[in-house]
Amino acid sequence: MEKNVNLNTNVKIASTSSLKDILRNTIRNNIRQYTMVIALLGIWIIFQFLTKGIFISPRNLSNLFLQSASIAILACGMVLVLVAGHIDLSVGSVVGFTGAICAVLMTKHHFGTIPTILIALGVGILIGIWQGFWVAYRQVPAFIVTLAGLLMYRGGVLGVTGGKTVSPMNDSFKAIGQGYLPKLTNLPFHDTTALIGLIFMIAYVIFEINKRKSRIKYGFEVLPMNLQIAKIIGGLIVIGLVMSIMITYMGIPYAVLLLMAIIIIFTVIAEKTTFGRYVYAIGGNKEAARLSGINIRRVNMLVFILMSVLATVAGIVYTARLNAATGSAGANMELDAIASAVIGGTSTLGGEGTIVGCIIGALVMASLDNGMSLMNLGVTWQYIVKGLILLLAVWVDIATRKTAT
Amino acid sequence: MSDYILEMKNITKEFPGVKALDNVTFKVKRGEIHALCGENGAGKSTLMKVLSGVYPAGTYSGEIYINGKLQTFYGIKDSERAGVAIIYQELALVKQMSVAENIFLGNEFAKNNFINWEKTYSEAEKILKEVRLDVNPATKIVNLGVGQQQLVEIAKAISKRAELLILDEPSSSLTEAETENLFQILRELKAKGVTCIYISHKLEEVFEIADSITILRDGKTISTDDKNDINEDIVITRMVGRELTQRFPKKTNKPGDVILRVKNWTVYNPEIPDKKLIDSVSFNVRKGEILGVAGLMGAGRTELFMSIFGSYGVNVSGDIVLEGKPITIKEPKDAIKYGISYLSEDRKRYGLVLKQDVKNNVTLASLDRVSKSGFVNDNEVIRHTNHYVSSLRIKTPSVEQKVVNLSGGNQQKVVMAKWLMTKPKILILDEPTRGIDVGAKYEIYCIMNDLAAEGVGIIMISSELPEILGMSDRIIIMNRGRITGEISSREATQEKIMQYATGGR
Repeated sequence: MEKNVNLNTNVKIASTSSLKDILRNTIRNNIRQYTMVIALLGIWIIFQFLTKGIFISPRNLSNLFLQSASIAILACGMVLVLVAGHIDLSVGSVVGFTGAICAVLMTKHHFGTIPTILIALGVGILIGIWQGFWVAYRQVPAFIVTLAGLLMYRGGVLGVTGGKTVSPMNDSFKAIGQGYLPKLTNLPFHDTTALIGLIFMIAYVIFEINKRKSRIKYGFEVLPMNLQIAKIIGGLIVIGLVMSIMITYMGIPYAVLLLMAIIIIFTVIAEKTTFGRYVYAIGGNKEAARLSGINIRRVNMLVFILMSVLATVAGIVYTARLNAATGSAGANMELDAIASAVIGGTSTLGGEGTIVGCIIGALVMASLDNGMSLMNLGVTWQYIVKGLILLLAVWVDIATRKTAT
Repeated sequence: MSDYILEMKNITKEFPGVKALDNVTFKVKRGEIHALCGENGAGKSTLMKVLSGVYPAGTYSGEIYINGKLQTFYGIKDSERAGVAIIYQELALVKQMSVAENIFLGNEFAKNNFINWEKTYSEAEKILKEVRLDVNPATKIVNLGVGQQQLVEIAKAISKRAELLILDEPSSSLTEAETENLFQILRELKAKGVTCIYISHKLEEVFEIADSITILRDGKTISTDDKNDINEDIVITRMVGRELTQRFPKKTNKPGDVILRVKNWTVYNPEIPDKKLIDSVSFNVRKGEILGVAGLMGAGRTELFMSIFGSYGVNVSGDIVLEGKPITIKEPKDAIKYGISYLSEDRKRYGLVLKQDVKNNVTLASLDRVSKSGFVNDNEVIRHTNHYVSSLRIKTPSVEQKVVNLSGGNQQKVVMAKWLMTKPKILILDEPTRGIDVGAKYEIYCIMNDLAAEGVGIIMISSELPEILGMSDRIIIMNRGRITGEISSREATQEKIMQYATGGR
């Protein structure tokens, strides 16, 4: 043990000395994130060849983002659930159930879009409280509670829809899953999306500068100025690339905008709030967390409420995109969400995982679906390949972790 | 045949950038008990991992001879076949399986893969007699105490016909009586020709049981001596590489007024609700006082203080008066709020989130102090952590180092920092120096004295009598859930404490 410490001391001393070492050090510390991003880009390039140049086009990538939105939303919640040391198998059924409620309210009872969404979110919160109660206050394992939920809410879907397809939705509701941000001018590119991209960029630069200022104020070590600038430029390029895909097609879809907001909110929850730190502590060592005065029950309850609320949001996006609710809607989505989180580096044993990672995981899953569909590969092969990729991703993760420590 | 059962020659083991073992030579005579001493990080565990094949041949340089024959071990199976068995500090038993199943795990009496249970149980019974463990071989491990579990490990080693038995810190969680029993068994094994390598921080024990002593420091062999040629002071000096004039720092604290009173405290066992664990205990603690709590394992010391902290027991009754005001503690959260903190005896299980870094562990119990309406201020987190890293001299390359990579002594300081950050008025320390090396122990003692001098009331539960005697202002002694004696440190002796602890008068 002591040896590792000494080793790292050397590395740190070196890091203050030369630029090359800082870079090497950052790469070593973030090797997992980088491998995931490289793997995603690798998958894209492979599909680019296999689909003869269709895959990496603004149109296809825009669609890919849109298709991945509901899984990615689920995955954000799943990260918290897994990090806390639980699992939620019910989210697919919750997607179906809340989607069905929306559809029935709109088609049979002629509710407006906003009241429909509010009622659905209310149902989501109640489901979260129900599951959180059994997990946190009755100590039933989450696996069982949510497996029961998977069955019960699926029954709910069939009860609400009567086993039939319910459609169509209100136009404004449909827009959540299908619509794009409107264009304001006649410029040759998508102006509002460009504006949002610009806002993201400015916000990012301000965020980095403030962080640096405050670290200097506290007397902590900061990156050398040239590296800091390089980092900011790198970040701007990434934002620029993502936004330009959508700027050159039809603009940013509402669903993707919603997803971006959720990513930011949940990253902040996970990393910047006491609640988030408690989730990681409980998953890492429940006993130590309890003895540190953390209210474990309340944290677990909140984790399940957040998960079910996100499942409801995903249900709304999904139903809006399909413009219909069906008896099987959302089936197996819990597995895709868990796979996304795990591919993104979340530990199934709890205590480890990031929101950004699960988004990359969700993009990997969606890219596989999308790419293989473009290649006209049957569902048979899609399932087999996705399963193998999941296995491979976790193995690579375990293997790199071994060499890292 | 050579006189030496084990000869390790010129062993060098490097991890990237660090030499963990530097040309180590280690020889053990057949039939002796050979103690291996050194601070944490001196290379003891690495050396034993080389010996047992955990680090396979080829990943280190040097040679291992057993009974004069050159060996190459590629895994634990190879070293077991050569007669080497290791019992680790953290016992490696399957808790849900029976004693007999554990003893023969991996070496089952089986024919065509079907296990012969009659033979398994009868053989297990025979071996259990050898280690004087009087339990039914069908008992599940989870129902045994730590001392008994250790004996099961030894039984397992015997069942493998081990000629060379390695014990890594075997007594760290044993009571005095259990340790004595362990020694008796080791002596019997020795009489039967089993050689034993005994790794321990507790020098009293080393001198009691060992025939010769090898000292490692910074990955190098410092010396090997017959026990009769050296003494404790020499061993300590060689281990730390510096003169250690005192094992306990000079006391600077002056006990003030009573700050905490506990009256008629009674606790029942959560598993057996009609069994009283703590029986009407009353005591008090003064400001700036170090109150030593002595007693044998099972006396109820940990249970008493965990129940006061709100984390143990059922049907808890009694009064707690803090600074003259009666308070109620239902869970640890309440205790922390009132300024009572409890450092557990098992830092890995109850103290640390090992996967997380130093700063998250240090601030875990007082995140609210570095947050504003639920949002954590990272800079405040780092600032507070830096403060404790320097004031407690925690050796870590950065506050973002995961605590799993720190040595035992530094991990303990991290837990200590976590509790200091809650600004306790009463700090309960349960075995604060268990499993950490001499140098770090001294530093922990200094921290305790500093805190007491600042007016914190410290309660120190310890099973090491020299520590109790060297650090306490006043000592209470427990036996079977009651306080059986209270003495001031001036009149305390090991004999007196043991008398009270065993229930005598």
